[in-house]
Amino acid sequence: MDHGMNQQANAQIPTRAELNADMEQVEAAVREALSYAKQLGASAAECAISRSRGINVGTRMGEVETVEFNQDGALGITLYRGQQKGSASTTDLSPSAIRASVEKANDIARYTTADPFAGLADAAAMATEVLDLDLCHPADQSAEFALSQALACERHGLAQDPRIVNSDGAGYSSHVGFRVYGNSHGFIGGYLQSRHSLSCSLIGQTEQGMERDYSYSLARNLADLWSPERVAEEAVAATVARLDSRKIGTASVPVIFRSDIAHSLLGHLVGAISGANLYRRASFLLDKLGEQILPSWLTIHEDPLVKGALASSPFDQEGVATRARDIIKDGVLQTYLLTSYAARKMQMQATGHAGGIHNWYVSDQGQDLAALCRQMGTGLLVTELMGQGVNLVNGDYSRGVAGFWVENGEIQYPVAEITIAGNLADMLGNIVAIGDDRDPRYGIQCGSILIESMKVAGN
Amino acid sequence: MKQQQLEAKLLHAHELDQQSLTKALAQLYTGPIDFADIYIQRSVNESWVLEDGIVKDGSFHIEAGLGVRAVHEDKTGFAYADELSLAALDHATQAARGIAMHGQSKRVAALIPTKAQLRYADVNPLHSLNEAAKISLLQEIDAYARSLDPRVVEVIASISGSYDEMFVAATDGTYVGDIRPLVRLNCTVLVEQNGKRERGSAGGGARVDYHYFSALEGEHKRWQNYAQEAVRLALLNLEAKPAPAGTLPVVLGSGWPGVLLHEAVGHGLEGDFNRKGASAYAGKMGQQVASSLCTIVDDGTLTDRRGSLSIDDEGTTAGYNVLIEQGRLVGYMQDKLNARLMGVAPTGNGRRESYAHLPMPRMTNTYMLAGESSPEEIISSVKRGVYAPHFAGGQVDITSGKFVFSAAEAYLIEEGKLTAPLKGATLIGNGPEAMAQVSMVGNDLALDSGVGVCGKDGQSVPVGVGQPTLKVDALTIGGTA
Repeated sequence: MDHGMNQQANAQIPTRAELNADMEQVEAAVREALSYAKQLGASAAECAISRSRGINVGTRMGEVETVEFNQDGALGITLYRGQQKGSASTTDLSPSAIRASVEKANDIARYTTADPFAGLADAAAMATEVLDLDLCHPADQSAEFALSQALACERHGLAQDPRIVNSDGAGYSSHVGFRVYGNSHGFIGGYLQSRHSLSCSLIGQTEQGMERDYSYSLARNLADLWSPERVAEEAVAATVARLDSRKIGTASVPVIFRSDIAHSLLGHLVGAISGANLYRRASFLLDKLGEQILPSWLTIHEDPLVKGALASSPFDQEGVATRARDIIKDGVLQTYLLTSYAARKMQMQATGHAGGIHNWYVSDQGQDLAALCRQMGTGLLVTELMGQGVNLVNGDYSRGVAGFWVENGEIQYPVAEITIAGNLADMLGNIVAIGDDRDPRYGIQCGSILIESMKVAGN
Repeated sequence: MKQQQLEAKLLHAHELDQQSLTKALAQLYTGPIDFADIYIQRSVNESWVLEDGIVKDGSFHIEAGLGVRAVHEDKTGFAYADELSLAALDHATQAARGIAMHGQSKRVAALIPTKAQLRYADVNPLHSLNEAAKISLLQEIDAYARSLDPRVVEVIASISGSYDEMFVAATDGTYVGDIRPLVRLNCTVLVEQNGKRERGSAGGGARVDYHYFSALEGEHKRWQNYAQEAVRLALLNLEAKPAPAGTLPVVLGSGWPGVLLHEAVGHGLEGDFNRKGASAYAGKMGQQVASSLCTIVDDGTLTDRRGSLSIDDEGTTAGYNVLIEQGRLVGYMQDKLNARLMGVAPTGNGRRESYAHLPMPRMTNTYMLAGESSPEEIISSVKRGVYAPHFAGGQVDITSGKFVFSAAEAYLIEEGKLTAPLKGATLIGNGPEAMAQVSMVGNDLALDSGVGVCGKDGQSVPVGVGQPTLKVDALTIGGTA
């Protein structure tokens, strides 16, 4: 390289043996923190320590921009004195800092008010073994390899189309790490995880102006990561397709959420059926358990135990064993998503969702995106959402969007600077079809979603 | 606290000093390396949350570490360590150096201890009230909010405080530190009427201690004002009608609606995006990019403000920087790297979330200066449009210039008069086009109450915004009616 970044010549692949040895040390530290909490008079305690290490590099205009070596660790402890609770966390994992954090949590628990619902998840709900879900595939963390990936990707992207005039950069990152969780029921568990990603963001220009778009790939196993060329070509296609966008008139039309953003719509469903919003009665889907909230052909299956999948985990953040279940069956809500706290508030059982959902598989009707556009006929294909205009209390939804105008089932031209609005309860209920073009990069695996009608605001 | 005391506490207590930092910088400053710096930080923060009438949880967080960076032209090598010690400094220096070309050592400028002009007191907010007083403050808020209206069915109140100590040493001789307090109080209420539920939220904060919230602001204590505002917004939402869909004149209220400027202008004027030609404002220095009524500044020097800084995270004194003067683009916000590459001076906008993040050009407090019109005059000039005095967050695509922000309180304007309250809706526009359509600017400049958090490349920093009431002739409103 002619630009002064002296690269290490050798591959640097963390070994499982090293990582496992690290994790054993951390398990010992978690045990020690829990035992110190007990010594201080805690009636119960839970502690988690996470550690990760890796590399994060960026390139711009085909040259190195940043090389970052990451090494992160954090401890969180929650301690109960009867029904009083205190929490503390630290990024310093030295024995003295850990003891200081336990003491701080203990001090706080002296001042908080007793909450009859506070406490650990039930001992009986704890995972009995830590299943090996094949979530860790370490890869080369050398600057040389990381830069080679990002540079290949960005240089390829810059060479594909004369309208691509600039770049916002490419990036490659690779991390391995683990989280160990333990509590005073005697549960302790941890597992190794890896994550590799490659991204590219390009800028296109015509007389009308500039547009930027990107693509990325994310995988636990480097072998599953898209090639630099594929990431680059998808970024080029996305950027070029946006150029010379128009604004359209205000109207009510059918809308397709393309698969790469469709998960966000179901993300709002996650929020609306999560315990924290339900016990506060701050959800537009109150008291809907066992009721139809989606079309009767629609089923959402959750499987936390899929080997190698992005959102797999053998137990949740409270140690509760995870298991496969239907979230929605034939359009009917089968379960809420409950932490142990929410479950006690609602007189129900924890569902293993502390820390969020696991892999969701949303049923489809077999069409690809082109067929879905033909089914829509005339309407809006949304490919980008902007802003936070979502109110989970009443379901009101209003967001900035960009995408494509579709007529007679065919994409006509790119559109931008418009909004879509509606109510989430209606939007979910009025899903007409879901395509088979699932996006593998998200925990919610869902194809493109066609919604009967939404209000589009433009000229 | 004097600079020497901070130095003793943050550096000397961890085997670090002027000499060891100079030595580490000298190891980095070789061959083609243009610049290197070492950032040392220790911060503590806490939060207390009340819900269901009780303070259920309190939490405390501590982090300390150092970050080492070596820069050659536009290329940066970076490593950090989660502890403060000589060994950690050596380790991070070796890692950051590994990516620098080997070569002749260069002379590091003598580190010169400097004294920053302080924009806030070096108080530790966590110590300003005892634990029992923090809890009773939250309980008072709960009782007060519930007393304001029988339709209030739930109150969630929180206070948080942080105390952040930083020190930076660089090859250009920088050797300076800062102590940054920050507090925040928030009150959210849920109201219910005939089975319909709505939420309202309000709060504030500053670089002060917790006594700020109990000080009078007008007739009431600050926390009482926040609670009143949260209840008012929630009750208003019970009555709100669907907002219109389409393009209409929009009158934006003073204060927090300045989030418009943050999104439509501010991000687009950060030095990195302009150096790279990625901003819709790139290459437009000296040109008219907004209506001549608009003068917009980024001001890190305001006393005690949430976005204020005595020095930025590279040790540059925070400034009062005019970005747009009577509609003409006159300045970008710069950190050291982008300033050097663009041949201008750093502006005190080099900020980082923590030692584990790289600095970038970021906003501090961004606001528009007052104009001539009275707010009443502005509203009465609109035949049919929307008045939006309160906003939730926003977002911008700095390349295309498209921005959105969400109205949290809005009213229909008909024949120059406010009529129905409207439901929340997203507004969308294009930065340069929207700023060209600013046709009236009020005489009522106000800054927000101190709640802004700005995100960029995954890094969050506290910021402030502000503006007078202003009229934009056409913005697209994402309602349903």
